[in-house]
Amino acid sequence: MNIAVFIALKHLLSRKRQSVVSVMGIVIGVAFFLAISSLMQGSQKDFIKQLIDSAPHITVSDDFRAAKRQPVSAAYPHGLIDLRSVKPLTETRGIRGYKKILEDLKSMPGVLASAVLTGQALLSFAGKDVNVTLNGMIPEDLRDITTIEDDMIRGSVDDLIADRNGILLGQSLMDKLSLSFGDNITLAASTGQVRVFRIIGTFRTGRSEYDEVQAFVDIKRVQSMLDRTNRANSIIIKLDNPDDAFYFSRDLEARIGYKSVSWQEASEDLLNTLVIRNIIMYSVVSAVLIVAAFGIYNIISTVVMEKHRDISIMKSMGFTASDVKQIFLIQGIVLGIAGLFAGLPLGCALMYALMQVRFKPPGATEVINMPLDWSVPQFLIASAFALTAAILAAWLPARKAAQVLPVDILRGGM
Amino acid sequence: MSVLLEARNITRILPGEIPVTLVRDVSVSFRAGEFISITGPSGSGKSSLLYLLGLLDKPTQGSVLIEGRDTAAMDEEELANLRLERLGFVFQFHFLLPEFTALENVTLPMRRLGKLSEKERRARGEKIMSELGLGDQLNKLPKQMSGGQCQRVAVARALANDPVLILTDEPTGNLDTVSSKVVQDILKNLAHQQNRAVVAVTHDMNFAGMADRRIHLVDGKIV
Repeated sequence: MNIAVFIALKHLLSRKRQSVVSVMGIVIGVAFFLAISSLMQGSQKDFIKQLIDSAPHITVSDDFRAAKRQPVSAAYPHGLIDLRSVKPLTETRGIRGYKKILEDLKSMPGVLASAVLTGQALLSFAGKDVNVTLNGMIPEDLRDITTIEDDMIRGSVDDLIADRNGILLGQSLMDKLSLSFGDNITLAASTGQVRVFRIIGTFRTGRSEYDEVQAFVDIKRVQSMLDRTNRANSIIIKLDNPDDAFYFSRDLEARIGYKSVSWQEASEDLLNTLVIRNIIMYSVVSAVLIVAAFGIYNIISTVVMEKHRDISIMKSMGFTASDVKQIFLIQGIVLGIAGLFAGLPLGCALMYALMQVRFKPPGATEVINMPLDWSVPQFLIASAFALTAAILAAWLPARKAAQVLPVDILRGGM
Repeated sequence: MSVLLEARNITRILPGEIPVTLVRDVSVSFRAGEFISITGPSGSGKSSLLYLLGLLDKPTQGSVLIEGRDTAAMDEEELANLRLERLGFVFQFHFLLPEFTALENVTLPMRRLGKLSEKERRARGEKIMSELGLGDQLNKLPKQMSGGQCQRVAVARALANDPVLILTDEPTGNLDTVSSKVVQDILKNLAHQQNRAVVAVTHDMNFAGMADRRIHLVDGKIV
């Protein structure tokens, strides 16, 4: 056994009670660190998953980030004559050549894409008029590219493939208008076109503002209602790896020109909030470990003070300052590791207990469990924090021990 | 006989508002097989001279040579290695490490040197302790032994790495007459029978009288 480890263990074992108390500090610190951080990370991952699942990873819209420059301004940027109040040409809204873009996208591995034509329509039923957002989509793509199938409470996306005059409505809207599954409803578009649809499916996403206004129908029906044959006003994309969305979207926009927004860009403010939340969370849980580290500092600095004479004797025997520093650093590391090995299982027990807690948030319809993140990085972060805190706590007294001059102590300065 | 340790005009001044001269222009040398005592009244600089000779302190002026090597320019690690391999210390109090058994205390310098295996260290430790009459005290903690036994363990520890020079500071100052006699005989034999140089700082005139040579200090100077 290494001599520094040998002496360090002797010191710790000769003060079993103090050592156990300081280890307990680390145990509790690690357990709380692990439980709280995994709860926070779990809720963050759950939130991001919902964010990713509830919307396309990338949305290409029939819009441009910057308005097109007038040809005359582009040709004569420093021209003497300034043309004012130039009215751009009126263009039909929609993505030009969307079918070609879709083909390209669908040929890429790990990419799912579909065209959408969205428009407003008035639903009149039993004397009530409700404005509905029609999502015209290719029914065959609906299952792959949206999560609506998971939220269906009656009927299925497949029914829309079978019945092109079918419509999927939110349960909240159905309840609001006292509609029933299988009812025929009449929708009127701003173009004056009127169509009758049969309710072949109902969904509940849990977001009432969504469930009250959104409806899914075949894209061809929406194109004809809005007089926009062969047009789509957005392309929605799902990627196998949602994290690639940001760069994929940037490259796509550079290629096709249309505004392409990734889920990260769309939720930038929320993601920034999560970063701030993480900083606050790690600061708070680290404070628990820092307090525990004071326990280690306390025991090691006490040992160093009591051992001034022994340190002097060891130095007179031929131990160097570095040997002495190692002895006390190892004590901190041993206490840290012991605390870690006991703290991790306790943390797991706490996490398991938290997982058993079931509650119903105000306004929610379902009872939910606490989301916990059991991933390896959580354990690695907790371990790294605990060991760093223990080493730092031991380093200060260890440095002091290394600076002891034997002759000062032997002369009677002990 | 070869010169093991030589001090050339060493002076030690403690800095401060009023600097204190502990050792003043001392030149002395020690040879293998010699038993030397350093005597003098309290505050005459005996212990300070011993710390300078033992490389625990650095002289303000002059130099200390160990087996012909000047130690003035050596760094902390080189000095520590010299202390580990060539010097052994015995102090007025035994200063054994309380958590370690007698044998562990004795083998600690061997562990630090790292030349012997665990088995060899144990065998050498047991041999040294048996020679000093401590064969039955191997696994006892310092608190379980008498003062005389502890001081003999301290002597055994000083001999662990087979040093050429043993430096002792009032080694019998805390012992009863019988134990003092035992330790004094051991130290004398270490010089005469094992051909080491033994330097003993002492107030005890009987002990000083046993030495081959006596160095008397007054106010930090040899008189």
